[in-house]
Amino acid sequence: MSNRTYELIYVMKPDAPETEVADMHKQVADIVERMGGAIDKTENVAPWGRRRLAYEIGHHKEGFYVLEVITGSAELMKEIDRRLKVTEGLLRHLIVRVDESSIKAERMRAKRTEESRRRRVARGLPPDRQPGEGPQGEDNDDSGDLMFDGGEMEA
Amino acid sequence: MAFGGPKRGGPGGARGKDAKDAKGGDKRRGGGFFRRRKVCKFCADKIDDINYKDVKLLSGFVPERGKVLPRRISGTCAKHQRGLRVAIVRARQLALLPYAAD
Repeated sequence: MSNRTYELIYVMKPDAPETEVADMHKQVADIVERMGGAIDKTENVAPWGRRRLAYEIGHHKEGFYVLEVITGSAELMKEIDRRLKVTEGLLRHLIVRVDESSIKAERMRAKRTEESRRRRVARGLPPDRQPGEGPQGEDNDDSGDLMFDGGEMEA
Repeated sequence: MAFGGPKRGGPGGARGKDAKDAKGGDKRRGGGFFRRRKVCKFCADKIDDINYKDVKLLSGFVPERGKVLPRRISGTCAKHQRGLRVAIVRARQLALLPYAAD
């Protein structure tokens, strides 16, 4: 039950040398390993890496962003959060649990596909869109709505 | 009736084209006024997961001043506006979006 997916983003000072960035990553990786988690992905190139801050933080106008996707327990993330809070050289960090929202999004997508299939069948069409049915195929429902709206306006 | 009247002819056509860009309910001076139908961008584009990392998407809902664009302007549905708000707040924490711009 404890295998949850989290995203961790931290922002380092822009003048941090590469070794410091690598060191930070290693610190996180150590905690993750010690507490039985896994790092699924690390990103520190575009769109991450060095980028402009939306507002100044301690006279810095840029920051070095690193995104890590981590699978593990809540205790693990708590520990990481605690450590990052006391780490100097970090401008910001944020931990977000992502597995629940991605499952939710997945469910929504499935529901929508099913619904559109049901409607297509009801209209006597094959359930999936045929090749060459055109880009407007997706908007079928929308155009219906617009027509209805037009009727409304007349009233 | 359906085709008559300046009320319907012009705006109707324009609306069909622009329905997707959800900006602005505008009044026409002179003749009657019409509302462009606003569509929730997230419903229309089928974006289920409003992600705080998608700065490009979010910045469309954060006008120059840095505030969250209200629903009455953007036309976003209640459900997606809630998600949008959370995403913007997270992005602000990471300095991806401004809290306030002067």
